[in-house]
Amino acid sequence: MTRTHTSRLGPLIDPNEFNEPLDLEGISVEQVEHWLRAMTLIRRAEESIGRLVESQEARCPCHLGIGQEAVAVGVAGLLRPTDPSFGAHRSHSHFLALGGSVDELMAEVLGKVTGCSRGFGGSMHLRDTRNGLMGTVPIVAATVPIAVGAALAMKLDGGDGVAVGFLGDGATEEGVFHESLNLAASQALPVIFVIENNLYSSHLHISDRQPTDRTARFAEANEIDTQVIDGNDIVEVTRQMGELVTMAREQRRPALLEALTYRWRGHVGHREDEDVGVERTDNLAAWHQRDPIGRLSEGAIEFGLLDRQRIDAIDREAVDSVESALDAARLADFPPLDDLLGIVHHDSRNA
Amino acid sequence: MQYGEAIRRGFEFAMDEDPSVILLGQGLWSPWYVGNSMTNLEKQFGYERVIDTPVSESAVTGAAIGASQCGYRPVVTHPRVDFALLAVDQIVNQAAKWNSMFGGGAPVPAVFRLIINRGGEQGAQHSQSLYSWFAHVPGLRVVVPATPQDAQDLLVAAIRCDDPVVYIDDRWLYDLESEIADPPPISLADQGPLVRRPGGDVTLVGVSWTTRLALEAADILESEGVDCEVIDLRVINPLDLAPVVESVSSTRRLVVAEGDWRSCGIAAEVIAGVLESVEAGCLVAPPQRINIVEAPAPTSAPLEAAYYPTVDDLCNAVRRTVA
Ligand SMILES: Cc1ncc(C[n+]2csc(CCOP(=O)(O)OP(=O)(O)O)c2C)c(N)n1
Repeated sequence: MTRTHTSRLGPLIDPNEFNEPLDLEGISVEQVEHWLRAMTLIRRAEESIGRLVESQEARCPCHLGIGQEAVAVGVAGLLRPTDPSFGAHRSHSHFLALGGSVDELMAEVLGKVTGCSRGFGGSMHLRDTRNGLMGTVPIVAATVPIAVGAALAMKLDGGDGVAVGFLGDGATEEGVFHESLNLAASQALPVIFVIENNLYSSHLHISDRQPTDRTARFAEANEIDTQVIDGNDIVEVTRQMGELVTMAREQRRPALLEALTYRWRGHVGHREDEDVGVERTDNLAAWHQRDPIGRLSEGAIEFGLLDRQRIDAIDREAVDSVESALDAARLADFPPLDDLLGIVHHDSRNA
Repeated sequence: MQYGEAIRRGFEFAMDEDPSVILLGQGLWSPWYVGNSMTNLEKQFGYERVIDTPVSESAVTGAAIGASQCGYRPVVTHPRVDFALLAVDQIVNQAAKWNSMFGGGAPVPAVFRLIINRGGEQGAQHSQSLYSWFAHVPGLRVVVPATPQDAQDLLVAAIRCDDPVVYIDDRWLYDLESEIADPPPISLADQGPLVRRPGGDVTLVGVSWTTRLALEAADILESEGVDCEVIDLRVINPLDLAPVVESVSSTRRLVVAEGDWRSCGIAAEVIAGVLESVEAGCLVAPPQRINIVEAPAPTSAPLEAAYYPTVDDLCNAVRRTVA
């Protein structure tokens, strides 16, 4: 292949870097507990979904973000339920981090009427407006302009609301992403693009798809402020995203966070050893050392904030709530057949 | 040979005979995206000719058109029809118009291959076929192979064709198996509907996957004493209805099955076209059409099962015409 690629992310993409316990200087026990609880719940829920995929009890395509939990939890901690946010195909983490119910998530994955999209969406189409999550969809980059439109509404509202669009590095290859950056910048819209750069789009590493790996460059071309960070460090996510959110709230303009991370499972499904049928060759073991949850837990112990017992208890709570969510989901009904035609339009007068 | 492998054989044949054939698209090196239809083509023909692209459907499709203007015969694969919608400007506004809007003599020898890959609770954005969207547009040729032989032959003919061709294959046919011969030297412009099974009682028309259903339905109905003539449309743009008209003129009964929405669909077009051409009073029963439910695809298992037509639905429609 005659392609050229220059890495500009330096140590951020090196799995052997950024693997120390987190520096939790100045962070409260409550904050650390909250982060750990939220990230552990996402991890355990996705592991459970992975088992459902393996046993074929879950049939819809499930894209697991195990290993990427810190981005969702860090960002969600800075948003209000009135701040609209949007995701994509790999959005279990966004749903749960924003406060979505694990019962509704497990039910949705099994196609049950008690799910967050009433069993009409499955893993790839989640919505939870109570927590600001307006929609997650699997057409790559599709929600990026929609988030820009939500930011337009926030601007017109005159308050200090902000919109957030979660996307991957692959999504930056779609034209509409670039149109969206230009539109947001030229109209001064308070939207924050959160790029979870996990280095892959399906089976292709970013070096097979882009001339360089730093996707924040596109924002710079549009005069949009950026931060490029280790996305497996929740303290860093919170700090840098916090600055961008504050700026967007106060100055009413867009920003972009590029959070470097890595997914432990294949692109879709439960397996660790393949992406869409193509063998994975990366050093997964090294990335395990950069575990966002492990680093937070170790930091918490090191800084005397939590002890091992408390961490184990948090884990058990997460496992239990996923288990009971799954039990309930299994017992729930499928959506009624009539809804197939009944909900095509919202206004049913002509149905 | 299976349908999916037959597509691969078509690619192999076309790339062997013509070094200007290049393949582009997102997911070409992955069986999740393209099944067994392109296995190891990149290893056989080189990564320069078999390019797994960034997620940039519009640019990749436009690039194929550009390369087609400079001596190449590109095939862009969109591993789901739904993803190709990001490239519709290039397919519909550009490729389809190019020859005509420049006064003729401006051919676009490019193939846009769209894979229907639905079921499996994938839901609304991973389940569309949209046959009639592309059939609606003058300037495109649209082929919908229903058999392994056609999967190969129509692909080769599409690649050899100087017009832009939308080639739509369906993952629900990939396990169909039959012996296949080498691609014949046919011109796509001469291809049209074929009678797959002669019969005298009812004309049963299929489009791609529903041809498979129609043949199964015909077997069941035969045991009930109903003799169906099954016609496989094969090419839906331009649509040549002569074989269907001829069949209906003798059976006087028409059932069209289409795995897509009813409204403004291919089935509607076939029925309208036949009615225009047969003698007044030819039909002895109202024409029937079978389509998917007029709603976005659901995900949950029982709703998904209710969403797609079955062989039973086809049998019942035929029974209605002979009752
Ligand atoms: C328009 C469109 N093209 C292609 C696909 C197939 N696809 C699904 S996810 C994906 C990878 C996207 O990568 P990225 O945006 O980095 O997100 P990640 O999977 O890494 O979370 C692709 C190519 C799609 N769903 N939609």
